[in-house]
Amino acid sequence: MANRPELIAPPEIFYDDTEARKYTSSSRIIDIQAKLSERALELLALPDDGVPRLLLDIGCGSGLSGETLSENGHQWIGLDISQSMLNIALEREVEGDLLLGDMGQGLGLRPGVVDGAISISAVQWLCNADKASHEPRLRLKAFFGSLYRCLARGARAVFQIYPESVAQRELILGAAMRAGFAGGVVVDYPHSSKSRKEFLVLTCGPPSISSEAPKGKVGDMESCSDDESSGDEENRTVCISDRHRPRKKQKITNKGKGREWVLKKKEQMRRKGCAVPPDTKYTARKRKARF
Amino acid sequence: MRLLTHNMLSSNIKGVANGFPLLIEVEKVIEKQVDFNPDFLKNIFPKIEWQALVQASRSMGYSELPEESPESSMLDSDDFLMKFHHVLLELHLEEGALVCPETGRKFPVNKGIPNMLLHEDEV
Ligand SMILES: C[S@@+](CC[C@H](N)C(=O)[O-])C[C@H]1O[C@@H](n2cnc3c(N)ncnc32)[C@H](O)[C@@H]1O
Repeated sequence: MANRPELIAPPEIFYDDTEARKYTSSSRIIDIQAKLSERALELLALPDDGVPRLLLDIGCGSGLSGETLSENGHQWIGLDISQSMLNIALEREVEGDLLLGDMGQGLGLRPGVVDGAISISAVQWLCNADKASHEPRLRLKAFFGSLYRCLARGARAVFQIYPESVAQRELILGAAMRAGFAGGVVVDYPHSSKSRKEFLVLTCGPPSISSEAPKGKVGDMESCSDDESSGDEENRTVCISDRHRPRKKQKITNKGKGREWVLKKKEQMRRKGCAVPPDTKYTARKRKARF
Repeated sequence: MRLLTHNMLSSNIKGVANGFPLLIEVEKVIEKQVDFNPDFLKNIFPKIEWQALVQASRSMGYSELPEESPESSMLDSDDFLMKFHHVLLELHLEEGALVCPETGRKFPVNKGIPNMLLHEDEV
């Protein structure tokens, strides 16, 4: 895909009033999102007893995915970071409750209360660092950790994603596995470049036979086993996609790695529990060229 | 935002140990009718924090829920279910704020949407 929206601007900027309206008035998009949501709901495999459940729609946008949940009788809570998208959802009088929030900051929900979660075309956004303080790995961790906690045991979460690369898929799947989820990737129409669709099907709770992802390829678990402490700089950046910012902006953000940067990195490593020497006046001081 | 959602939400601010329940500051409440579905109510009932629901409904101006956490046998009473349904799904906080019980931080609610975005130093 040439024009990946994630590479253009942060979501709350990209989905402004104009884009939100454009997105939601395209009958092609409405149709695609409805189909993806139907499939995600099917993959949630809720008990077939006609009882409406409480579901989450993460990155609910203008409510296209949530409408599918309502049509199937469920109650839902939608979370999105774009006020413009949520405004359109209000206009469309969606039946779910809407929250303005950033999934990368974690979900503020009580433990064990949600019966299932879907997220349609949204989670790949977490792989970008949109602010200096954004660390995709930490944001994915906060997100999946909090999602795991708020789901009822045995509940599922289904994410339709457009990963940019194999590394990005593994970054997302790895974060989910570390949070305790079992499951893997389901690919629909793997041989068609046009209709190929990818779903991450995750189950909350210890792995069991039934928590294996339904038909379709199951994710390569080996690639997900790198542990927290191995988060060295090189390893980390491989997976994080570089947004193609205009030249001018790049200059500003690339201004040398000064003392502040070093202190921040040291703090990050400390938070991960690594042994890091204390900060002193010598930290990141300029060194004279020798020889 | 309905009280169903309020009953699930908690303050997510870094360092807050008990962010539930969020206090409700009311500027405007609206009501919207929702189809009555006893199956949903029975299914969600065990997950509801009763005290928080009673408190929330009072701050929204509704005082007919029993104070004490009801026995599950109450779920056979249509009268009870109707009240539970009304409080859970039909009362909306349209304008106002949710307040973190520990820090007093306010999350504003506009057009029915709580703004739960955290500042950078709260993450
Ligand atoms: C392609 S739209 C999909 C919307 C909706 N799920 C649908 O099917 O139509 C992706 C949505 O993800 C939201 N999003 C991106 N990053 C987010 C984040 N960190 N937290 C919450 N929502 C986010 C965007 O604002 C956007 O509304």
